[in-house]
Amino acid sequence: MSSLHVTAATGTLFSPTSIFDPAGTPSHSIFGLSMLILGVTFAIFLIVGGLLLYALLRYRVHPGDSEREPPQIYGSTQIELSWTVIPILIVVMLFLTTTRVILGTESIPKPKQALDVTVIGHQFWWEYRYPGLGVATANELHIPVSDPSQPTPAYLTMSSADVAHSFWVPRLAGKMDVIPNRVNVMWMDPKEPGLYLGQCAQYCGTQHAKMLLRVYADSPADFAKWVEQQKQPAVTSFPGNAAATEGQRVFLHSACINCHAVAGTVANGRFGPDLTHLASRETLASGPIPNNAENLRKWIEDPNAMKPGSLMPAMHLNDHELDVITAYLTQLH
Amino acid sequence: MSTSSIPIAAAGSPSWKLPYRGTIGMLCLIIAEAAIFIIFVVAYLFYIGKSLSGPTPAQVLELPIFGTICLLSSSFTVHMAVVALRKNNRSGTTMWLGATVLLGGIFMLTTAQEWHHLIYEKGLTIRTNLFGTTYYSLVGLHASHVIVGLLLLTLTFYFSLTGRLHEEHEKKLDVLSLYWHFVDAVWVVVFTVVYVLGR
Amino acid sequence: MATTTPIMEVIDETEATGHGRPPVSVIYDWITTVDHKKIGLMYIFYALFFLVVGGFEAILMRIQLAVPNNHFLSPQVFNQLFTMHGTTMVFFVGMPILFGFGNYLIPLMIGARDMAFPRLNAFSFWISAFAGLLLYYSYIGASGLYAAGSAPDVGWFAYAPLTAKVFSPGHSTDYWTLGIFLSGVGSIGTALNIVTTILCMRCEGMKLNRMPLLPWIYLVMGGLVFVAVSPLTAAQIMLTLDRYLGSHFFDTQAGGSAVLWMHFFWIFGHPEVYVLVLPAFAFMNEIIPVFSRKAIFGYPAMVAASVGIGFISLGVWAHHMFTVGLGPAGNTFFVFSTMVISVPTGIKIFNWLATIWGGKIILAPPMMFSVGFLFQFLIAGLTGIMLSAAPFDWQLGNSYFVVAHFHYVLVGAILFAIFAAFYYWYPKVTGRMMNVKLAHWHFWLFIVGFHLTFDFMHIPGLLGMPRRIYTYEADRGWEILNLIVSSGAIFQAAGTLVFVYNLVSSYFKGENAGHDPWDAWTLEWSIPSPPPSYNFAIEPVVSSRRPLWDIKHPEDQDSEYE
Ligand code: HEA
Ligand code: HEA
Ligand code: HEC
Ligand code: CUA
Ligand SMILES: [Cu+2]
Repeated sequence: MSSLHVTAATGTLFSPTSIFDPAGTPSHSIFGLSMLILGVTFAIFLIVGGLLLYALLRYRVHPGDSEREPPQIYGSTQIELSWTVIPILIVVMLFLTTTRVILGTESIPKPKQALDVTVIGHQFWWEYRYPGLGVATANELHIPVSDPSQPTPAYLTMSSADVAHSFWVPRLAGKMDVIPNRVNVMWMDPKEPGLYLGQCAQYCGTQHAKMLLRVYADSPADFAKWVEQQKQPAVTSFPGNAAATEGQRVFLHSACINCHAVAGTVANGRFGPDLTHLASRETLASGPIPNNAENLRKWIEDPNAMKPGSLMPAMHLNDHELDVITAYLTQLH
Repeated sequence: MSTSSIPIAAAGSPSWKLPYRGTIGMLCLIIAEAAIFIIFVVAYLFYIGKSLSGPTPAQVLELPIFGTICLLSSSFTVHMAVVALRKNNRSGTTMWLGATVLLGGIFMLTTAQEWHHLIYEKGLTIRTNLFGTTYYSLVGLHASHVIVGLLLLTLTFYFSLTGRLHEEHEKKLDVLSLYWHFVDAVWVVVFTVVYVLGR
Repeated sequence: MATTTPIMEVIDETEATGHGRPPVSVIYDWITTVDHKKIGLMYIFYALFFLVVGGFEAILMRIQLAVPNNHFLSPQVFNQLFTMHGTTMVFFVGMPILFGFGNYLIPLMIGARDMAFPRLNAFSFWISAFAGLLLYYSYIGASGLYAAGSAPDVGWFAYAPLTAKVFSPGHSTDYWTLGIFLSGVGSIGTALNIVTTILCMRCEGMKLNRMPLLPWIYLVMGGLVFVAVSPLTAAQIMLTLDRYLGSHFFDTQAGGSAVLWMHFFWIFGHPEVYVLVLPAFAFMNEIIPVFSRKAIFGYPAMVAASVGIGFISLGVWAHHMFTVGLGPAGNTFFVFSTMVISVPTGIKIFNWLATIWGGKIILAPPMMFSVGFLFQFLIAGLTGIMLSAAPFDWQLGNSYFVVAHFHYVLVGAILFAIFAAFYYWYPKVTGRMMNVKLAHWHFWLFIVGFHLTFDFMHIPGLLGMPRRIYTYEADRGWEILNLIVSSGAIFQAAGTLVFVYNLVSSYFKGENAGHDPWDAWTLEWSIPSPPPSYNFAIEPVVSSRRPLWDIKHPEDQDSEYE
């Protein structure tokens, strides 16, 4: 599953996050608008810049020119009127096209089959809840691919638990700020399965840079499978895996549970990401760290060494405890 | 062509008159201050009814009619002081200035009483809720302007009392009265927002 | 053509600078001065000092961003750097340098002996200066999130609730708040002085419609400062109350609104950028005509456009908030008002073009920088138009495209205009010409550096690179672009060093300038260089917009065309 995603993620234009490589309706209509505006402004640049350049070359003084001052011209109502009216017309044109795109994105009715997701920004990670499906996860958002004839767009209802963030996955849609004490809504409908990257786009503190976004667009079947799996409570018995069994015990008896939730156990903290299906994620700590046993152990040992400024403290566990907790967490598929 | 015509002639033609700089300066200050007040007023209006906990304005605020009358009439008295000074009526100036200081002082007393009542009897402080936050800052901002005005007026009153205020100070007193009128006008807005709309 | 205006020399025989006085008395003189020229110069020196400081901070950031996953700076230090860089450049470079030029030039151009309130002038300068030092004292004195010695790290627009006590413990944010607050008090004071001076101190005959465009535009700018800086002052008071007295203006836990701060900040922030750019326009309006040897084209339209920009700019602030979720009605309104600004701004560009058209363009250093200004401002304005289309901004907002847009204006337009102004008025201030060869070095180094840095900075923005990140992933296709961007900063630094060297060395070795080296037309060129402390021995009387043109061309008086 993951190899497919990574290849699809690399967009065509040098970059997996190019705004000129749209893969959804909102980003596509913005793309159209941006091409128009780029064209118009480029034309203005060519004309005005060309006239400037011409004037500079043509009227430059040369050695040996006469000493007389050039004729003094103080103005001309006609000319001035023309270069007032023409820009006004251009502005009106640009404004009307822009308005159409605004309304087309912000004021269209929500389809019945739309998927609802609650997005909560945290310093420096993302919490995702699927109220209709009873799924809670973090940092890696899964949504279904939307077939244009049967659109299933994802509607993200967004708020923040602390400071302002911004949700920006350029290939799917424009950004929308995620603000505490305020609810914003945005929608996206990926046309192709794959992994779409982005990152937090509103400065939110020390690790704003590593608050990355990963959106997985799954085929409807894959998505249903994913939901089915995420709905399960966490694995709690590990026959034949003594380390994981001990790790679970250590985990549940340490402060981890104040901040993390593992469904089906006593751990139900909300300050940090939900760990119920941690092992099903490809990355740790909101994107920058590949999820494998080695990194997981390093992370738990000292989060600030990997992501300085992260709000998870080092728990001062000894080597053995680290080993077993890692063994436990890697089993949380 | 060298020195044929000179732009530098003896100045002082009587037809060349520009506005008095004190007045213009004060008007600029008033514009800037008005902008500050607008922001506080906007914050007040924006937060009306948004407090998460009590007390609400309707529960604790009473109309400060008496103080308002005093403050507004002090606009009249300060104007009379300017008129008197213009006519070089020195004792009249002193009297009107004294009345202004008195009326302004009474206004401040009523505010102090109101705050005392709110803090000690109703338990409303700036930290209590959004109402407390916006109420104390808006009314307090206005009160601080009243205090500045009162200090200046008291100083002028003292000069007048000791006979050091003369006709040639009329323009300056006029500038001061302009400020005082502004402070009064702001009160009208504050009153409307806090005691009328806000309740 | 090589006319001189010798009248004033006869009148003035005093020595402008006191030679051979003990340094203590010279320093005392400067500290206690209320002379608009000295205060103006102090503003300018102060701003130049902070330009180097802010530029140095930019260099550090660019080193960090040159390659992905760099460990040159920690995230904490990087976040402090862009906060300090932005705050410094806007409040302690842009504002003071423009006030400095205004202070120096306005009385000279309107034929007055000083500003309307000389002591208020000195007070405003010193309080602004103190504000800058206070901000930087945070590097020593503040205890922030990371113990003692931490500068503010909330960004130059310091969005709530990141500035609340919970998220910014310690005092670093307080230094930021107080620094901005005090600098705002100074700005309002100076603006008040400028407006009053222009309205009440003009020499005889200088009706408003005969006033040079520079004071005209400073008048508009002063008005904007009143209505723009004051809201910021109010917002800083609220933030301080929140942080010290526990009020809840921006406390989202108690029902406060983070969006309210955004509105308040940008009600200041947007007009502020026009406060910064208007004086740049003003310099252009003086320099371009002189070096094209033509009167400004469409004087009334220029005035009207400036006033128009002033008014419209009050109604566009939320274009910085297109991604906040204002809803379709709010978004469309602000799209429209923002786009409309291009009309008066376009009028200005076209009038400059028409001024050049049919003239005799002399590419002396001031004009070289003005040409740079014209092209770069055109491009910057057009990228502004792209941002003003809300949906496009949903993609571009808070990306490096925005950073490129505003550096194009702030550096490519405003800084270029300031450099032009330096080369233009330096002879008046010091009595000496600046070295032309060094000026060329400065120009070419800086313009190459500028384009390397800021042209290429647009592209990472289009490829999804947000601003204010201390490092970035290697797989996003941003790394080569960032390397180019960073390399340009070195050229800019080199150019700036040449410029500073030129400023200093020309003071001692420059050619004698005489009082009117550019054969210009406004009143400041009628008096000796440097001007005597009382400016005009006899108050001038003018009868047209270009009094010195009238002297030089008695056969073709300006006044006949007004
Ligand atoms: C002095 C500085 C300055 C100036 C003059 C401008 C001028 C303009 N700016 Fe810019 N801007 C900034 C400084 C400035 N800006 C800063 C500092 C920020 C970021 C702050 C931050 O976030 O930190 C910013 C951010 C910013 C944004 C928000 C981006 C975001 O954060 O999401 C927007 C959006 O609309 C914008 C638009 C504009 C527009 C439309 C103009 C217009 O005034 C431009 C008008 C000029 C022209 C258009 C060119 C000439 C006209 C013609 C040749 C006529 C014909 C043209 C047409 C008909 C189109 N600017
Ligand atoms: C007038 C305003 C102004 C000016 C002139 C500049 C000038 C420059 N700026 Fe700045 N900038 C801002 C205003 C300005 N900036 C603002 C408002 C922000 C937003 C802050 C925020 O997000 O909060 C910003 C943000 C900003 C960022 C984004 C940071 C981020 O979002 O992470 C960057 C990154 O490249 C940058 C770079 C530069 C560079 C390379 C220059 C160069 O042009 C500088 C050239 C000048 C010099 C180099 C000075 C000369 C120095 C010397 C002579 C010393 C030499 C010594 C050595 C080299 C050792 N600036
Ligand atoms: C004070 C609260 C707190 C405590 C205690 C805490 N964590 Fe965390 N944890 C966090 C936060 C906050 C994050 C998100 C960090 C980030 O991405 O910036 C996190 C992230 C993680 C992650 C990565 C999750 C993901 O989705 O990528 C793992 C794994 C983790 N913690 C495990 C642990 C373990 C094991 C313990 C106990 C030994 C522990 N945490 C204790 C707050 C805490
Ligand atoms: Cu979250 Cu930046
Ligand atoms: Cu703006």
